[in-house]
Amino acid sequence: MLLKLSINSLYARLLTVGMTVLAISFSLMLYMSVEKLRTSAYTSFTDTISQTDLIVGARASSVQLMLYSVFRIGNATNNITWESYQDILNKDEIDWAVPISLGDSHKGFRVMGTTEEFFTRYKYRGGQSINIKKGYLFDDLYDVVLGAGVAEKLQYDVNTPLIVSHGLQSFSDHDDQPFKVSGILEKTGTPVDNTVIVSLAAIEAIHVDWSTGAKIPGQETPIEEIRKMDLSPKNITAALLGVKSKLTIFNLQRWINNYPEEAMTAILPGAALQELWRVVGVVENLLLGISVVVIFTTLIGMTAIMFSSLSERRREMAIWRAMGASPLTIVGLLMLEAIFISLLSIILSLVLLFISLNVLQPWIDYNYGILVNIEMLSIRDVYVFALFIFASMLISLLPALRAYWFSINDGMTIKI
Amino acid sequence: MNENIIKIDSVRFYWSKKSNFKIFIQNLEIKKGEKVLLLGESGSGKTTLLSLLCGFLNPLSGTISINGNEINKLSSKSKDEYRADNIGIIFQQFNLLPYAGVIDNILLPLYFSKVRSNSIINPQETAVQLCRQLRLPYDVINYKADSLSVGQQQRVAVARALIGNPSLIIADEPTSSIDSAAQQIFLDLMFEQIYKNESTLLMVSHDKSLSSRFDRLIDINEIITREN
Repeated sequence: MLLKLSINSLYARLLTVGMTVLAISFSLMLYMSVEKLRTSAYTSFTDTISQTDLIVGARASSVQLMLYSVFRIGNATNNITWESYQDILNKDEIDWAVPISLGDSHKGFRVMGTTEEFFTRYKYRGGQSINIKKGYLFDDLYDVVLGAGVAEKLQYDVNTPLIVSHGLQSFSDHDDQPFKVSGILEKTGTPVDNTVIVSLAAIEAIHVDWSTGAKIPGQETPIEEIRKMDLSPKNITAALLGVKSKLTIFNLQRWINNYPEEAMTAILPGAALQELWRVVGVVENLLLGISVVVIFTTLIGMTAIMFSSLSERRREMAIWRAMGASPLTIVGLLMLEAIFISLLSIILSLVLLFISLNVLQPWIDYNYGILVNIEMLSIRDVYVFALFIFASMLISLLPALRAYWFSINDGMTIKI
Repeated sequence: MNENIIKIDSVRFYWSKKSNFKIFIQNLEIKKGEKVLLLGESGSGKTTLLSLLCGFLNPLSGTISINGNEINKLSSKSKDEYRADNIGIIFQQFNLLPYAGVIDNILLPLYFSKVRSNSIINPQETAVQLCRQLRLPYDVINYKADSLSVGQQQRVAVARALIGNPSLIIADEPTSSIDSAAQQIFLDLMFEQIYKNESTLLMVSHDKSLSSRFDRLIDINEIITREN
């Protein structure tokens, strides 16, 4: 009966209560979306590369090696020689290896030389493979495969011709050796989307007439001749490695790091990504902090509304008291109301969140490469909700105590 | 029927030590089944007296007995219970919870009083019956309280005060907010029910013309002394 009347009373104040519920649910939704985006960004980020056991490059910090080899940000400090790479390949522990050669670009997008094995070995989001959307992988020496982002931003299609520029910001082009798009990859949400991929041999081919970063004057080898040359690489920038048994990873890593003939670094991608996230992830805490403040603000708003409704409900309190309700019952009624409002807000916010996530998920994935998980509530969410209800109970004590004071002092007088 | 239902003895009360509103009530006795009209202007201390009787306020000294129980000695919790069990209250106006249905309003006291709710076998039916007897519209059970006229609301308040048959009905100027034609109908209906229930009625008013309906008329100025 008390519950029913409490609901009736709230229903009678539908507009104010509705607005309060709406305000609270929006702030709760804000909090939850930030939280969802935060965890999803983290998973997406740390899932940029998976199932690769080690990444090898020239001696550098793990974050730096990660940045240039996977995210293609910044430059390699040095290359590693093909001989060292072969030495690594000859180790028993090695299951597979994919060499990567970086350094050139096309209209601001990095060009990466690699082998066809890259497309089967590079995994993201917990084991997802790269798929080709259009065309085919390398067939000819001058074939390129484009990441989805490159194709979209440059409006390239299969068979579009393109020229690779030397270096990252140089004005000298490898215009003597034009390429042609052979395939376009599907969107992955990883840096692969923004990469122009060619074969290792192609990287060698365009540098036939180059020496130490500059074109040798007067030398121009015809394409037909280049095609006949031995184009096996002399250097690579980095390599992705897979081992036969996970138990051997650390041994292999130590072996590579202590390799006597060349200074190399081998990193565990997972650990390096986590380390990198600690740098990038500061913003997430800020966002989280802001949304907690928003929730708190709306709670204060709810209290303000309860306070202002108290004066008009003073006669209602007097009726309850006359019927034999104790002042504590009055306090209970108001707290019940607060709990009800917060429960309604939680439900509404979940509905809003679910709808908006469903609508926005493809868009976020497409534009930011973050796959937002739409899943059931986590234990953490339930804790937050419980905490929220507790906080609203606590804060509703203020108007409730005022009502208590009214009901003790008003007695038979009904103040309007 | 000679037993006192209300007995006030040397009660002194004031709101606070600084307040100059101090009252002293030497003696007031009302017998069981009596219908008493308490006359007095506004500001004469009527509402304070009723608040004391209902146990909302505590006297500074003296005793207030209802049905032989000294309610000023009860804890505030027991006072609330005592009020719920023994007293039906009708206010001047705004008696009902506007958002609740008529029947829910009538049944409200039963929620707080076991004694009153145990005395009724079928509360819902009793409430509907009371509505009939008070000539409320036939379909009134479907109404929300705030959709009724003021006169009808006051009749619902009577039904609520009477349900579960409490021994004392206290009415604080119940007719002041309804027009005179409706007043007579209201009083007729209220008295009919109160006689039927054999309840005691203490009604406060400033309207002397009502006195003919009552067994006894008390001028508040004769029982309350204002002290300064």
